[in-house]
Amino acid sequence: MRVHLVLATALAQGDEVPQGPGFLDRALQALVDGIQFGAIIAITAVGLSLIFGTTHLINFAHGELVTIGAVVAFFLNVGAAGPGWHLIPSAAVAIVIGALLGGLIERGMWRPLRKRGVGLINLFIITIGLSLLLRHIVLVFFGTRPQSYREYDIQQALDLGPIGITPRDLIIIALSVLVLLGVAFLLQRTRTGTAIRALSSNPDLAEASGIDVNRVVLIVWVLGGGLAALGGVFYGLTEIITWDMGFRLLLLMFAGIILGGLGSAYGAMVGSFVIGIVAQMSSLWFPIDLQNAWALLALIVVLLIRPQGILGQRERVG
Amino acid sequence: MDWAVIVSDAIRSGIGPVAAVYALAAIGLNLHFGYTGLLNFGQVAFMLVGAYGVAASVSTYDLPLWVGVLIGLGSSVVLALLLGLPTLRLRAEYLAIATIAAGEILRLFYRSSWAEPVTGGVFGLQRFAVEFYDVSPIPRDTYGFWLVRYTSLDLWALAVAWAMVLLAAVVIALLVHSPWGRVIRAIREDEDAVRSLGKSVYAYKMQSLVLGGVIGSMAGMMLAIQNQSVNPDSYDPVVTFFLYTIVVLGGAGRVLGPIVGSILFWAILTFFDSALREAIGAGYVSPSVISAPEVGAVRFALVGLGLVLLMIFRPQGLLGSRKEMLLDAR
Amino acid sequence: MHADLAGLTADPGVPKPDPLLVVDGVTRAFGGLVAVHVEHLEIQRGAITALIGPNGAGKSTLFNVLSGFDRADAGRWTFDGAPVTGRSAHRLARRGLVRTFQLTKTLGRLSVLENMKLAATGQRGERLVAGLLPPLWLGQERAIEQRADELLERFRLAHMRDEYAGTLSGGQRKLLEMARALMVRPTMVLLDEPMAGVNPALTQSLLSHITDLRDEGMTVCFVEHDMDVVMGISDWVVCMAEGEVVAEGPPRAVAQNPAVIDAYLGRHHDEPGTEYDDG
Repeated sequence: MRVHLVLATALAQGDEVPQGPGFLDRALQALVDGIQFGAIIAITAVGLSLIFGTTHLINFAHGELVTIGAVVAFFLNVGAAGPGWHLIPSAAVAIVIGALLGGLIERGMWRPLRKRGVGLINLFIITIGLSLLLRHIVLVFFGTRPQSYREYDIQQALDLGPIGITPRDLIIIALSVLVLLGVAFLLQRTRTGTAIRALSSNPDLAEASGIDVNRVVLIVWVLGGGLAALGGVFYGLTEIITWDMGFRLLLLMFAGIILGGLGSAYGAMVGSFVIGIVAQMSSLWFPIDLQNAWALLALIVVLLIRPQGILGQRERVG
Repeated sequence: MDWAVIVSDAIRSGIGPVAAVYALAAIGLNLHFGYTGLLNFGQVAFMLVGAYGVAASVSTYDLPLWVGVLIGLGSSVVLALLLGLPTLRLRAEYLAIATIAAGEILRLFYRSSWAEPVTGGVFGLQRFAVEFYDVSPIPRDTYGFWLVRYTSLDLWALAVAWAMVLLAAVVIALLVHSPWGRVIRAIREDEDAVRSLGKSVYAYKMQSLVLGGVIGSMAGMMLAIQNQSVNPDSYDPVVTFFLYTIVVLGGAGRVLGPIVGSILFWAILTFFDSALREAIGAGYVSPSVISAPEVGAVRFALVGLGLVLLMIFRPQGLLGSRKEMLLDAR
Repeated sequence: MHADLAGLTADPGVPKPDPLLVVDGVTRAFGGLVAVHVEHLEIQRGAITALIGPNGAGKSTLFNVLSGFDRADAGRWTFDGAPVTGRSAHRLARRGLVRTFQLTKTLGRLSVLENMKLAATGQRGERLVAGLLPPLWLGQERAIEQRADELLERFRLAHMRDEYAGTLSGGQRKLLEMARALMVRPTMVLLDEPMAGVNPALTQSLLSHITDLRDEGMTVCFVEHDMDVVMGISDWVVCMAEGEVVAEGPPRAVAQNPAVIDAYLGRHHDEPGTEYDDG
């Protein structure tokens, strides 16, 4: 982060010298926005991290699980041929569908391919093809026009001192944190969670101690799919729903996971918040259209200095 | 359904300038991925840098075209060195993500309002290819056979592009059959073994990255010249995914693989595109299911599906050997 | 036994008359666990030294550190008089310190011959620009190929010359790795469990190749579990346990050393009242 700030101040435009109380207010606002953005990235990234931890597969199609969640909820909520439900039941159904989709992909594609012995690099390339396929199927059905949900769209921002935040966004942050705590509880306090952690840290030992690997991996994919769908709905609420929204989020998820430590679910959470904050706060010095660029640059810097990330084990990454 | 139009469209695309450009970029990627085992997912960044190198030099700074070409080549070398520094010591999956990230960072910077004075920002740059077309010896006319026709401008671009493909293929063929190529292919198999024999794996990977990147930037330049414009959104990660499909389709680690792959890729893609449009036009497919603008999306979905099926059922591609694929220990 | 080593007191860390490799205070720890802590060790030039010890004694870790495939947390070592602490693996190999791997690393999609040719040093054609111009390296390549074929003949792999190395059996891969290491013309060869996974019929053949290495002037150090093998060909034996050198000396002396027997059995062998003591 220090490298980033030094670079930032060195490159800053002459007429936007950061100083004075106005700047502090904007910084706080950016921080809050960053926490919210980070929370959404965290929810979607945790699933991606767990999938990597248990199967060593980098699921390039994870962004599409996010998009599909948001789009299914949209269809149920506002869609022309849909039932026109309120957002909350629409979201609930979308989450279930996302979870089922995750489970279906694992059971129907990855498990048979793993059994066949297809190599990890080939599997990774397959996820890229899958991502292309799913994303453009969504495009055909959803179209290019960005959309919004019917409820909670325009709201008055609450005035909390220097920062303003809509009730919707506040609730989203709270819910996200709750969900992340729930995932943490799952991992630490349940048999399934322990099995997941065991499989991530030592697959051979885990299998030898009787853990049903296929079942654990299936649970991880169901969980990941559901979380991605939830993240999609949140992202659609706070930003806008587009056919490639998940894909745009995917690189930030990767950044968050690697920054936090590949293979560590808690690392993914922490890293995602950092990425969200970096992205939003970069707009204090730089044009908004470079937000994602700065977040990705943070990723590259981390890879240079500490490739195992914040919470990762110091294993060989090269 | 006018099958003559569909087939001729496919042929025209398969041997056309775009197929040549993608073949060239794929030759560079093949050196990275097919021969060295580098999972470089930022090949589009090299194309971007080459394209803008030429375009900005001529359009923004009024330099002659050949200087622009040199700048484009130079920038790709710099990019390779900068990219390689943090990434070449990383494991395959880290390298993939880091290179995608690098590609996106560059695209976003070139696209930004901050860079607009040089790169034209969102609007890109135009009017830099005049010198290229001025030296064309081909008289103004249309050329071709049957229904496959090209303008004299397109024909010139096509000829130069395929000539570059040939040159690159010869260079790669010479290299992979040399001791240098042997070290590269060994690195693909097992880096530690190569180190234990006294070769600097990092140095070789960097050389491969630079050479493949330079070839990629040449492709970017040709693409820009052909379109007579550059736009940052034409250089997004999807291009790299297309390139991987082409490399895999033709056969990774084979000299002619990228060429065969690109010709087939564009022919098949255009075939489906054209067939779908004809079907809509003829009423076989109703516009409410797929409207004309959405046909473009279908082609991307098809590429995705094709890549998935290829990797599952024939990962060695057309020219690869199954026996060799089975020996892939990675 | 090697003439130079006769008459040396068999103490851990005893200096050798003409040491090629000298190790001082090398430590490597993983998390809190100390895998290697070698106070002092010298490997005699031109001799065959065996490195023995129970599983987890740190033998492979020491190999990895000394050959540049792992970093030491502390300590120094010299090779042929020159300090080489922390040098990367490929630089050490260039200096003449070559190692083989416990899990063989034959390059599967290269042919057996290509595996061999790869190992030759000083190849002009391995430079990028020179590689483009065959006249610059074809002559050298032919000479290398001849030497490779001779070695393959010696290791009885000549018939597999043009096959993919990935199709070789386990034992053939061990032979290939040894032959390939020889192409480098090393000063010292570190063999990491050369007999592991090899069928007994091949063991004699491998053993005679190892003694050939010494007879040609190379220094050999190998990790091994099979005591018969060790006794048969070693000039000197070093025993490690729990990361430290607990004994060294001529083979027979080490085999009878109580510290060595302790290391393998886990405690002093004549203590009463344990599960091993069944009367």
